[in-house]
Amino acid sequence: MIMRRGMSIFNVATVSLGLAFLYLPIVILVGYSFNASRLVSVWGGWSTRWYVELAGDSAMIDAAWTTLGIAFLSAGVATLVGTFAAIALARAGRFRGRMLFTGMIYAPLVMPEVITGLSLLLLFVALEVDLGFWTITIGHATLTISFVAVIVQARILDFDRSLEEAAMDLGCPPVKTFLTVTLPLIAPAIASGFVLAFTLSLDDLVIASFTTGPGATTLPIRIYSEIRLGVKPEINALCTILIAVVAIGIIAMSLIRKMSGERPVATGLRA
Amino acid sequence: MPGRDHKNANWLLRLAVIVPYLWMATFFLAPFVIVLKISFSHPEIAQPPYGPVLDLTAGIDGLKAFFGDLAAKNYEFLAFDWIYVSSFFKSLQVATYSTAMLLLIGFPLAYGIARAPRRWQGILFMLIILPFWTSFLIRVYAWINILQHDGLLNAILLSLRIIERPLVWLATDTAVYIGIVYSYLPFMVLPVYATLEKMDETLLEAAADLGCPRWKTFWLVTWPLARKGVIAGILLCFIPIVGEFVIPDLLGSSSTQMIGQTIWTEFFSNKDWPVASALAIVLLCLLIVPIVTYQQMQMRAVERGH
Amino acid sequence: MDADLTIGRNHSDGRQRRLAPWADPAARPLVRFEGVSKSFAGVRAIESLSLDIFEGEFFALLGPSGCGKTTLLRLVAGFESPDAGRVMLDGQDLAGVPPHRRPVNMMFQNYALFPHLSVAGNVAFGLKQDRLSKQEIAARLHEILALVRLDGLQGRKPHQLSGGQRQRVALARALVKRPRVLLLDEPLAALDKNLRAETQFELMHLRERLGLTFVIVTHDQSEAMTVADRICVMDQGRVVQVAPPAVVYEQPNSRWVAGFVGDVNLIEGRVVSSDGNRLVIESAGVGRIHLAATVDFARPGDTVWVALRPEKLSLMHERPASGEANCASGRVSDIGYLGDRSVCKLALDSGFEMKIALANNARSIERTVVWNDRVWVTWPQAAGVVLTR
Repeated sequence: MIMRRGMSIFNVATVSLGLAFLYLPIVILVGYSFNASRLVSVWGGWSTRWYVELAGDSAMIDAAWTTLGIAFLSAGVATLVGTFAAIALARAGRFRGRMLFTGMIYAPLVMPEVITGLSLLLLFVALEVDLGFWTITIGHATLTISFVAVIVQARILDFDRSLEEAAMDLGCPPVKTFLTVTLPLIAPAIASGFVLAFTLSLDDLVIASFTTGPGATTLPIRIYSEIRLGVKPEINALCTILIAVVAIGIIAMSLIRKMSGERPVATGLRA
Repeated sequence: MPGRDHKNANWLLRLAVIVPYLWMATFFLAPFVIVLKISFSHPEIAQPPYGPVLDLTAGIDGLKAFFGDLAAKNYEFLAFDWIYVSSFFKSLQVATYSTAMLLLIGFPLAYGIARAPRRWQGILFMLIILPFWTSFLIRVYAWINILQHDGLLNAILLSLRIIERPLVWLATDTAVYIGIVYSYLPFMVLPVYATLEKMDETLLEAAADLGCPRWKTFWLVTWPLARKGVIAGILLCFIPIVGEFVIPDLLGSSSTQMIGQTIWTEFFSNKDWPVASALAIVLLCLLIVPIVTYQQMQMRAVERGH
Repeated sequence: MDADLTIGRNHSDGRQRRLAPWADPAARPLVRFEGVSKSFAGVRAIESLSLDIFEGEFFALLGPSGCGKTTLLRLVAGFESPDAGRVMLDGQDLAGVPPHRRPVNMMFQNYALFPHLSVAGNVAFGLKQDRLSKQEIAARLHEILALVRLDGLQGRKPHQLSGGQRQRVALARALVKRPRVLLLDEPLAALDKNLRAETQFELMHLRERLGLTFVIVTHDQSEAMTVADRICVMDQGRVVQVAPPAVVYEQPNSRWVAGFVGDVNLIEGRVVSSDGNRLVIESAGVGRIHLAATVDFARPGDTVWVALRPEKLSLMHERPASGEANCASGRVSDIGYLGDRSVCKLALDSGFEMKIALANNARSIERTVVWNDRVWVTWPQAAGVVLTR
């Protein structure tokens, strides 16, 4: 193997600085969640008291369950619809309305969330639908469909079509070929899509705020209303937990993809 | 679908087209029409429904009454009130500067990772991605910790005696820029890295073999190939930053608001839905060209994939 | 019986060679292309092509890249459908029959092994589609794996196999369903030279043993010559010549085929006289050529080309005695030593260049002919072929 890759001093410096920049605030946040003192400027020693207080905050726990429920459901819907969209984009060739279809699928990727949130709320009001758990779920699903579609579509395009031809050559009808040959091999990408949709829903503030109703407070909404009043150590603890959950999810997903032999390449947010 | 040479599209393909179509048409497209309509209506009472109401049972007369009653009053309101106009300008300004900063920081970062030895690339890439999957909100909040009056930054600067008294970092434009660059960095690094990673190294070797010094190779060989990723990254950052709400709200001052904040305030504080809708429509119109450009790029990438 | 009109080996029990199907007017083809045309994005891949392939043949499609040979294969498999004309199997038009319903199987160039299935899973895949019983599948699996010498590797996954092993799995997978036609798309391209030669013979034995019809696509002419009963030489979407290997080599029908299959010296000349079985041609390159050939299409004054294969020529240091002998003189400009033979390039006095292949008969490092030698090249009267196009 030719040693073609080499990082110059400049490269090493940039990457290290970049990573430090990215991680420092998070590290600090995590650190402060264990700070016995309430004040940021004073280090009072290691303590888990904020976690304990958090556990006792029942409203927070409710919000956590709500958030998890919404994330799970919306990610499920988004994965299904997004995978369909990916299949349509990659395999359906030219169909009527393809331009509009593509436009609708890619637009949410760049659309400012205030616009999407506002429009969804107005829709629900016009339809006289009760705002709450389900409207947030629909809102999150609508947002994350694009992300799932992009990831799965990239994988389908990468997929070796001669495998499908071989299956059909051996007598397997097209739909069955897709289900028994293609689907198992693109499954890791679909799983990544699900995890991404889940995390995006978990973290979303804007769309949740627009589409929420009585009794459907999510964690981001709670966090936001609290931190408007200033830094709170309980929030630090909560954030640390959320970070840990997401980190575990991603590492697990990376391992899955590595084991299935896929290259850990960009999720498709590329030209 | 396998067997795409056969004219009969199978039921799976049809389903794959219809389901997303229906969903997005209902929950993405149709709402825009409603926003458009609301933006032309007037708040008789400060809650929905906003007049004029489309009465389908009244037939043609109902339609005529409806369209006759629509007013561009809200748009006039926007055009003549300096708060809104300056809000748009501020958003564009912040988006432009931050995108430039993101490019300056993000490109070398992506380049550095792309040049790393293969076995490191996976880990490095995951390290860049990880923050992106953590909550936006949390990461911005993390900066509040650091930037606040008795926060970490001031503590360090004081102890190094660079400053004598704690400075104000929060509620400034600087804080907003830091927050934006911090949060959007993965959006710039991802597409650039993806493009650079695909680049064939033997091209660089060939250029060197033909007598091209390293910096020149960059301009003549690397840059033209990386351009696509850079443009994607610019669009992926610029467009959402214009409509950004969380970061300026938490880190910025209330003197000049960005348009995302303005829409939020109009909607939640002033409860003026028609004005908020009008603002959203104007924002959409402002961004329509970049959005469509981005979509064209994506479509062309899909075509090439065929 | 003529070699080009018969098929099959001479069996030791004295069974006669039988009349080859392509020479038998009563024989019906297994695969027939009737006026088939196919374009891709405005580019014509196949142009009004008609071709018959008979049962039991090892049929080779040979030609340069882009000649349409792979397209023909895919038309039979069903992955493409013709823009014009018909593709028929056993007399039935295949139009509208999707690939998974055709009794035809393909061995892909990149093998296309299912990465998530084991060797057994891959090979049994087609049998499962036919809904055979578990015992039946197991039996056929066992049989075919033994035939291609893959037993013991059932449980392995494709990424755990060598290139040669993967190729055999692809072959087994395509053979296990006993298709009417087995299509092979450049199956040996990825193998090294020795493995390739070995596998060529294996393919021929397999075909004979199973009694199947093989259609192979290759750009390697020596491969086509080795395995095929008939070669179809293609260029730019058209069939140029279809014949057994010996005929394609010794009796090419055009300069293009003569040049494409093997090395050749092409000499342009004018017919001086043609009577019954002797032809005299005057050429600028080598002077007067005498050919023993029955050509009734060449009249005096016609421009023709004489194709001389390098191995049919001999070199001498003195001028040949007979006045009528085909000969020319020149200087040796290049010698290429290839082990079993040497190829000499001769710069003739007329300015024409010729290639001569000399078998290295004697085990000697000393060469009889060296660079810059003045030599005479001669060839017998039956050595050349007259081409009019």
